[in-house]
Amino acid sequence: MTLRRIGLGMLAPASALILALLVSSAALLLIEKSPVDAFSSMASYGTTTDSLISIVNRAVPLFLAGLAVAIGFKMNLFNIGVEGQYRLAALLAASVGAAVTLPAPLHIALIVTVGVAVGAVWAGIPGVLKVTRGVHEVISTIMMNFIATGISAYLLANYLRAENAPNDLIIKTPPIPASGRLPALNGLFGLTDRPDLFGFVTMAVLVGLGYYLLVWRTRFGFDLRASGLNPDAARVSGVHPGGMVIRTMLLSGGIAGLVGMSDLLGFFHRYTLDFPVGLGFTGIAVALLGRNHPAGIALGALLFGFIERSAQILDLEDVPKEIIVIMQGVIILSVVIAYEVVRRLIEAQEVRAAAERTRAASPEATGVPA
Amino acid sequence: MSDRDRAPTVELRGITKRFPGVVANQDVDLLVESGEIHAVVGENGAGKSTLMKVIYGMQRPDEGTILINGEDVHFRSPKDAIEAGIGMVHQHFMLARNLTILENVILGAEPTVASVIRFSEARDRIRELAGGYGMALDPDRLVENLAVGERQRVEILKVLYRGARILILDEPTAVLVPQEVQGLFASLRGLKRQGVTVIFISHKLDEVLEVADTITVMRGGRTVAAVKPAEVTAHRLAELMVGSELPRPEIRESTVTETVALAVEGLSLRGDEGQEVLRDVSFRIHCGEVVGIAGVEGNGQSELIEAIMGIRAVEGGVVRLGERDITAWRTRSRRESGISYIPEDRHSRGLLLSAPLWENAMLGYQTRPPFSKGFWIDRQGARGRTSEVIDHFRVMAPSSEVSAHALSGGNQQKLIVGREMTSGPKVLIAAQPTRGIDVGAQAAVWEQIKQARGAGLGVLLVSADLEELIGLSDTLWVIYGGRLVAHVDPRTVTPEELGGFMTGAGAAEESA
Ligand SMILES: Nc1ncnc2c1ncn2[C@@H]1O[C@H](COP(=O)(O)OP(=O)(O)OP(=O)(O)O)[C@@H](O)[C@H]1O
Ligand SMILES: [Mg+2]
Repeated sequence: MTLRRIGLGMLAPASALILALLVSSAALLLIEKSPVDAFSSMASYGTTTDSLISIVNRAVPLFLAGLAVAIGFKMNLFNIGVEGQYRLAALLAASVGAAVTLPAPLHIALIVTVGVAVGAVWAGIPGVLKVTRGVHEVISTIMMNFIATGISAYLLANYLRAENAPNDLIIKTPPIPASGRLPALNGLFGLTDRPDLFGFVTMAVLVGLGYYLLVWRTRFGFDLRASGLNPDAARVSGVHPGGMVIRTMLLSGGIAGLVGMSDLLGFFHRYTLDFPVGLGFTGIAVALLGRNHPAGIALGALLFGFIERSAQILDLEDVPKEIIVIMQGVIILSVVIAYEVVRRLIEAQEVRAAAERTRAASPEATGVPA
Repeated sequence: MSDRDRAPTVELRGITKRFPGVVANQDVDLLVESGEIHAVVGENGAGKSTLMKVIYGMQRPDEGTILINGEDVHFRSPKDAIEAGIGMVHQHFMLARNLTILENVILGAEPTVASVIRFSEARDRIRELAGGYGMALDPDRLVENLAVGERQRVEILKVLYRGARILILDEPTAVLVPQEVQGLFASLRGLKRQGVTVIFISHKLDEVLEVADTITVMRGGRTVAAVKPAEVTAHRLAELMVGSELPRPEIRESTVTETVALAVEGLSLRGDEGQEVLRDVSFRIHCGEVVGIAGVEGNGQSELIEAIMGIRAVEGGVVRLGERDITAWRTRSRRESGISYIPEDRHSRGLLLSAPLWENAMLGYQTRPPFSKGFWIDRQGARGRTSEVIDHFRVMAPSSEVSAHALSGGNQQKLIVGREMTSGPKVLIAAQPTRGIDVGAQAAVWEQIKQARGAGLGVLLVSADLEELIGLSDTLWVIYGGRLVAHVDPRTVTPEELGGFMTGAGAAEESA
């Protein structure tokens, strides 16, 4: 029966995926392209070793962004500001990292700590506003995104930029010295002569594990989930609502601060104007896809990583890459619906199973727990 | 039209309904005649609510036939039932708190012209309906500002507005004080005169005998008897239900000590809109003492409890636990120092409905053993304690893994009472502790309270059940308009006298 339940559980994402394929096929047909060709070249390109490495690299920040959003969702707190939090965090962490020289582990730890702290502070402000002034966090976190964009542009242009070489027009911070760069993991997996597999993958795994333990195995996690399920009952049980909001926003922002670290420590080694953007918003979708569970979020992040990577081949097929945006959108929508349908299926199945069991049991079982 | 050739309004034949691990209804037959008030009684978990939900189309029976006015029906959802003229008011209210009465009543059945809601038309209909049944209600008031009794009338109006001719009420009197119960019964008799058929569930057997034309008794998922009130007594009914005597709360010798467990001194506070809710309230609860507070809902008792629990800020005054001034403490510290709390509304404040029972059993106690060890949740310890609570308080549940909404209302209440009493509190704040609990289990809860009191527990008891208040309390206060207006002796006061004090009459007499 549990096997069947796992099967049913997989049904939701699988049917969502199929629906997404169907809808994007329809879109492709509309522009007179062959869906079969497009998808098969995506599949073969997306599964090469180089692509797999790239997919994992892309998934790491999405996973972290998904966790940052999910921890808020667990108590019905909507942190829409992961975007601004990670970008400001990446900028300041890169600047601090470039300004000092320390032994390698300490240097990296310092950069990561600065990122976490900046993310936490930036998310903490909406938390404090909510508790003290009743400002809804959706509004304040969106506003904080704009402010973060403005502040980082200002800081970067006026205070934190490096001297550019004569023909270099891209504004960027000075590079982080070698001691502040995270080595790739290629050696561990025998992936020589391949693109780098960023070292921050390990950190992502640890954070995912930590998230699981924190939410499901600790007192704090219980308070958090209780506040999400029934805020009044949580309060009566002794959870201080204001404190809970602030702590959760700090945590969410702290995780958000990690989002940019993988690319910063593993690839860019500085903050530049072409640093990845939009990860915070995609993180919301990933958290929804993964139903706020770290395993689901990991799968969702990998799926999005796969779609983005394999879409690059579409240029060669002369298909507009934007088709993947349709796919991602449909996946999110249909997953939400499919989960509900499957939940009802599972419920109906449990009822049937119970009916069979009780029919077999003696009539004495009536009305009392069987 | 003669009565003889008219088919019964509701007839159930051989209804069976199963849930995971439980058969809620087994081969149930029920006969409700047109235009009667039909009561359904039975133990917690006997299957009453489930049976009503079957009639209302919320649960589909696994087996059996439903005949409405002689016609075989298969409802797929409450919508079908509403079309067939059936309406139901649930055991746990389902109103939107921040909408007005008007909006709540028409929600889902709005009169529209070109999809514009015709509020004025609806307002008139509601006034007319309410007036016709003797329920005075202003359609434009916000539901969150209503007392429970009024909320219930809104629920009933909502159902009548949809044209219900068969009205199902699940434990309508559990939340009402005696005056409100009389008001409700008057409304029901009014409905009956207009030919509406009423089915209602209650654990209060005296009321059932007073208002019902026919009484169906359920036990263990089956119907065991259908009787006329003239043929039975409350004792006999209880026997039919649980096979035991009808319990009464009575005080034994006093166990009140000199030690103060909890003291409230000069407490004042204001409500959300700045109105004065409590004024200069002072009383003491000694170890081994049950202090009862009698009052019509909305006279400040909820706020008093919230102030004691640290959920609501006070404007003036002091709350002391033993010697310590706890006025500024947070709820968690208060609970950890030994204050337990049974909230009056189990769904909105006492439970995480979609969480498993073992998580519900730790709600409020998540910071201490056996539920947690330091920073970590102790799952094994929590499950162990949950099983203890389930056994000791006879909560009917298949296991501690099922979610709380799989329990019947009374069993949810027993779980909460068990949770709050098993922690060995110094002070128990009990608001409507036996609300929705059947007579047998009620006696068990009273016995638990008495035992704990004998062992030095101080209890603050707020209850709409005057017999419970009089029977359990060592000291009894009456709250009216946010003030303690009378201090009465529970050994001599009668429910009628108490009712008088509660409505503000003759307040001066015995005031302390
Ligand atoms: N949704 C559900 N899922 C699983 N079990 C359920 C569900 N609803 C009810 N039950 C079970 O069915 C049985 C009958 O429940 P029901 O709510 O009908 O009792 P009741 O007679 O109304 O009791 P009470 O007086 O406590 O309200 C109980 O054992 C309950 O646990
Ligand atoms: Mg019930």
